[in-house]
Amino acid sequence: MQDTLILILLILAGAIRAGTPLLFATLGEIFAERAGVLNLGVEGMMIMGALSGFMVTVRTGNAWTGLLAAILVGGSIGLIHAVLSITLRANQVVSGLALTIFGTGLSSFLGQKLVGVPAPDTFRVVRIPVLGELPVLGPLVFQHDILVYLSFLLAPLAWFLMFKTRPGLHLRAVGESPATADAMGVSVVGLRYLYVFLGGMLAGLGGAYISLALTPGWADGMTAGRGWIAIALVIFATWSPARAMVGAYLFGGVEAAQFRIQGTGTQVPSFFLNMTPYIFTIIVLVIATQETVRRRIGAPAALGLPYEREERG
Amino acid sequence: MKLTLRLERRLTPSRALGFLIPVFSIVLALCFGAVLLAAVGKNPGVVYQKMFSGAFGSRFGLTETVVKAIPLMLSGLGVAVAFRMLLWNIGAEGQLQIGAFAAAGVALAFPQAPAVVIIPAMMLAGFLGGALWASIPAALKAKLQVNEIITSLMLNYVAIYWVEYLVYGPWRNPKGYGFPGTAPFSPAAELPRLGTSRVHLGLLFGLVAALCLYFILRRTKWGYEIRVIGENPTAARYAGISLTRNILMVMALSGGLAGLAGMSEVSGIIHALQRGISPGYGYTAIIVAWLAKLNPWAIVVVSFLFAGLLVGGDQLQISMGLPAAMSNILQGAVLFFILGGEILVRNRISLTWEK
Repeated sequence: MQDTLILILLILAGAIRAGTPLLFATLGEIFAERAGVLNLGVEGMMIMGALSGFMVTVRTGNAWTGLLAAILVGGSIGLIHAVLSITLRANQVVSGLALTIFGTGLSSFLGQKLVGVPAPDTFRVVRIPVLGELPVLGPLVFQHDILVYLSFLLAPLAWFLMFKTRPGLHLRAVGESPATADAMGVSVVGLRYLYVFLGGMLAGLGGAYISLALTPGWADGMTAGRGWIAIALVIFATWSPARAMVGAYLFGGVEAAQFRIQGTGTQVPSFFLNMTPYIFTIIVLVIATQETVRRRIGAPAALGLPYEREERG
Repeated sequence: MKLTLRLERRLTPSRALGFLIPVFSIVLALCFGAVLLAAVGKNPGVVYQKMFSGAFGSRFGLTETVVKAIPLMLSGLGVAVAFRMLLWNIGAEGQLQIGAFAAAGVALAFPQAPAVVIIPAMMLAGFLGGALWASIPAALKAKLQVNEIITSLMLNYVAIYWVEYLVYGPWRNPKGYGFPGTAPFSPAAELPRLGTSRVHLGLLFGLVAALCLYFILRRTKWGYEIRVIGENPTAARYAGISLTRNILMVMALSGGLAGLAGMSEVSGIIHALQRGISPGYGYTAIIVAWLAKLNPWAIVVVSFLFAGLLVGGDQLQISMGLPAAMSNILQGAVLFFILGGEILVRNRISLTWEK
């Protein structure tokens, strides 16, 4: 009984850790999509974040500098998408795919010599005094690395910003009805650039969490489709940061459980366990879509559409 | 005084630019690659020369380029027909894997069958395998409005793990010294090759598929419906064109072509089912299709170009120890420039001084 309880607790704590990179990336994509820009390049921005975070950490020996680099690189890659889709009004689906293909290739090219290099510095567990000693809640919530705590703060903050502040209102206006926002004097192009950049920074941060905290080190394609799962999570979350947290930990749980089951030497071939997050994504997406259709809470109305101001006569 | 950039929509898209932009995109992507190579201390001239001569400079290189163009052509055509009606099938990679699996299953199940029976059976199995795999996102999209981009992509991972499971597990060749792959097919299940080269009959599949697709899109009612849905979904609805039926049929055709690509890889090149049968052909096919503006004949031409890029990339790895990922970077960069340049086809840009 005691053992089962500890195991469940371990899986749940693992779920939070494994869900953290998904949470960062999902929050980022929610910002971009709320502004009306569909960025399917999350996987590309994430893997470049993972690579640059690790690469800079290896150079400097300090994980914080790596983190900073990852955030900047993620944001910069996002800007490519911003230029193509906002200024040049290119097809957003294909541009996002290009970002992913490009990021995957570039990270593999630049990371060739980093494979197998040990991480000189990582984000380690920081046990919060007093709270960390609590039974159950302590190991579950208060015995994590600092980036997990950051994500705890970031999700509610994003929710507050989006729904309770004036900039949040502008953000949503730009995504729902850019012409109205424009008439109100809000810069549609400016805000879209800003939030696509922010989305890229958060994806880069999520990537760096993988290479500097979750599984420190660099391996080709180490994000393993998490960027795509994050895009699915945005739909699951119905474009709300609060529900993004639930979704991210749900997927983190699948990953953590899969890891544990593999550790027990089960008869189930690992190939099937490895498939589970992807199949689970499809199932969750089907359920979430039914809910959005039923409750009529769809995507932002102008999602994926470039904004072209009517000519003034 | 302020310099302002204005876009004016052209009445008709520029044809000359429609051709020049892909060409310029490739040049610009190569320039970008050169900067990157110089940054990591390699001489871009030497690298590009190696890539080019690796892909086109010898008989072996040339035939390898043709060999790699085959799966790109088939899956590129598949991707293009779906994109034509704004159906974002990015699952060609998985559909190719399932096609290869189905074809291999047939070949391994009937080792005694003669070529005239087994080859068509494998083609059918490969096509159906890919078509069925693509029908999952298609049905979810048509019946439940589930985003096909994510579902088709997720199924790529599932398909790859499924093939890995088979070749490491139940289908592993007991005499293969632990190598992850099935037993070799019977010689009857191998596609005929051109002379002593590795170029196989799959090339003909690709050309015939391009011809068929061109005919379907240009000369049939179905093709007309696909184009109307892609260009104006609202008009299509008012015209009474069934979206559901077209999603299912187009995705099946799209996946089937990718499946046929998988079949031609195992039957024409590998002669067994193995791990890593595709270095991402299904993803490169997306770029090929877009660069070719979804035109079947242009896809055939662009396939050879990108196959050359893949062969050149492999050559770099062999001769200079540079990662083959260089070709992926160039692919992504070409796509960036193409996308960025498309605005010029539709619009005229003018720079004017305004007070």
